[in-house]
Amino acid sequence: MDRRNFFKASLGATVASAAALASSSVQARPNLEPAPDAVGMLFDATLCVGCKACVTKCKQVNGMPPVPMGGDVHADFALDLSAQTLNVIKVHAEGKGAVKDVLVDGFSFEKRSCMHCVDPGCVSVCPVKALKRHPGTGIVSYDVDACIGCRTCMTGCPYNVPQYDYNNALGKIHKCQMCNQKGVERIDQGMMTGCAEACPTGATLFGTRAALLEEAKRRLALKPGQVYNYPRGDVRKPDSFHEKAVPEYQRTVWGEKEAGGTNVMHLSSIPYDKLGMPPLGERSFASISEGVQGTVYNYMALPAIALGGLTWLVRRNIEGGHDEGGKQ
Amino acid sequence: MSEYVELKRPLFTPFFMALALLVGLAVVFLAVRFVNGMGSVANLNGGYSWGIWVVYDIVVGTALACGGYALAVTVYVFNKGKYHPLIRPALLTSLLGYGFAAFGAFVDMGRWWQFYNLFLPWQMNFHSVMLEVGLCVSAYVMVLSIEFLPTILQRFRAQALAQRIESVLSRALFFVIALGILLPTMHQSSLGSFLIAMGWKVHPLWQTLHFQPLLAVLSAFTMGFAIVVLESSLAAAAFRRAPETPLLAGLGRIIVGLIVAFLVIRFAAILWQGKLGRIFAFDLGSLMFLIETALFAYPLAVLISPRGRRNAKKLLYAAASMVLAGALYRFDAFLITFDPGPGYSYFPAFPESMVTVGTVAAEIMAYLYFVKKFPVLPREEHAAA
Repeated sequence: MDRRNFFKASLGATVASAAALASSSVQARPNLEPAPDAVGMLFDATLCVGCKACVTKCKQVNGMPPVPMGGDVHADFALDLSAQTLNVIKVHAEGKGAVKDVLVDGFSFEKRSCMHCVDPGCVSVCPVKALKRHPGTGIVSYDVDACIGCRTCMTGCPYNVPQYDYNNALGKIHKCQMCNQKGVERIDQGMMTGCAEACPTGATLFGTRAALLEEAKRRLALKPGQVYNYPRGDVRKPDSFHEKAVPEYQRTVWGEKEAGGTNVMHLSSIPYDKLGMPPLGERSFASISEGVQGTVYNYMALPAIALGGLTWLVRRNIEGGHDEGGKQ
Repeated sequence: MSEYVELKRPLFTPFFMALALLVGLAVVFLAVRFVNGMGSVANLNGGYSWGIWVVYDIVVGTALACGGYALAVTVYVFNKGKYHPLIRPALLTSLLGYGFAAFGAFVDMGRWWQFYNLFLPWQMNFHSVMLEVGLCVSAYVMVLSIEFLPTILQRFRAQALAQRIESVLSRALFFVIALGILLPTMHQSSLGSFLIAMGWKVHPLWQTLHFQPLLAVLSAFTMGFAIVVLESSLAAAAFRRAPETPLLAGLGRIIVGLIVAFLVIRFAAILWQGKLGRIFAFDLGSLMFLIETALFAYPLAVLISPRGRRNAKKLLYAAASMVLAGALYRFDAFLITFDPGPGYSYFPAFPESMVTVGTVAAEIMAYLYFVKKFPVLPREEHAAA
């Protein structure tokens, strides 16, 4: 093969693979659908008073210590998710930060914990199935005995949720498992998550994804200023209710569709990106990534054909002697 | 008579001893890492879970180790036998690069004592890019070792056992070589696929989604050829041997084709995804993109003319620029313009950097050892022919 052919062949191969990859966007798998009995939570930022009872309860249930500030250990000063904190209340303030749930010169609380994605990136990228989506409840759980600590889940999570414990020689990944991990199993026992149980205002509601989404849309349909009877605890069998005027909500439920949707959904009065929500479209990155990987590695067919072709070529070229004087 | 010879020079030079010092320092920091956890030496955090250990040692390091891959394709697939004299040094740098990348992966593994789960079929997640990379890199290190074995055995030719192993090997060699071409194609493209799943955290100019694997494999190829030119030119200068310019000029031509393909696909992808304006935003991303493009364009401008290719010095500069361009392409995507959102920042810690420096020093030491003790470098008259 002379140089001209070399270039022609290389160019041909490049164009062919570009076309194959571009068309893989068409064949790629769609987003996963919500699990049949998906459970989740609805966080309504306009109901949150920032008491952080959910943070404390979470640490009790999961056996984690508070994050002290200086020598002060009487309260939990966790500022963000970490190896010590699976659930945190943050605040977004602008200007004077005087009025709650208002953008200009206002502030809003925000709860961050695992969103339990419908099409979880962490599950898709984990090489050893340490992260799994439960086929029934949709809860994304972590298996410490499988994990090799490669931290690809952290790169693949759109919300920066999984946290590796860098300060421990035998560290592991920490993430919310919706209080249903081995030894806790609150959901299996018919209880709700710790944070939802502790929330005094119903800002964090527990329930099935379907029931929560229905509740969220009911709130969006109400007129601002109208009085609504907000439930507390489990949306399907609330412990109690309290009356409050309906605020001016953002028009979407965060987590209904974002990157395939989440089982933990949010409502807010100020734009979601101000609360630290990432810029996501409706397609999950997991579905695109798996589409590309699937196109190339489906049944290992392409690699097998390539290996066959390469073996034949190499053998012919070794046995036939090289064309330009080289000798094996 | 073999086309390769060992370099008859003393091994323990002052340079070699200086490298040993750097390796020693890295060993100390590694000990701290394994006793006190990764956080005691590295600046990794919840947003930047991969720092230079992954991005240099594995993502960039394996691309720098693609010389063996690029030459194997040229010699064995496109049947350009005249490049055969360059193969052994390229194989050696590949073996060292991949070997140390595997070592780097192990050091970076947060639960390294469970690494074997990667090889248990019932634990494997076949959707995972990381699984594909882990398995392919492991297999490729073995393939490279087998490919390099004849060089080691050549020293012990008198022994019957060595001869027997070699004769078995030579019968299966064509299959090993084929594997040695397939495996890097697979995992080098996967290094690009990593970026797809990272989604919005990857800067739009680098987040080309479906084009990631193709751009990754093309950049690996270009870097492979460029590193062969660079390594050969540097070895000629350092060991005061005749430069292999006529052979390298041929590789320069191939590099031109690859750069054109890479740039065309990259710009087409950016145009198609409607992100062309980002190039001229003059923020960090746009600046890095322009620097990268300039580093790709320089070798293109030099190597496109036959005169430029035959000038040993210009060839060396072009290759260096090419290697930098490819390395920066990966650094930019995975670290420099990578943004996991507010609250997170990353710059490598001193001990963290010294572990990487020590790894590179160890690689150079191993390279010097092998070229001085084993027939790796081409015989001078051979290369000049």
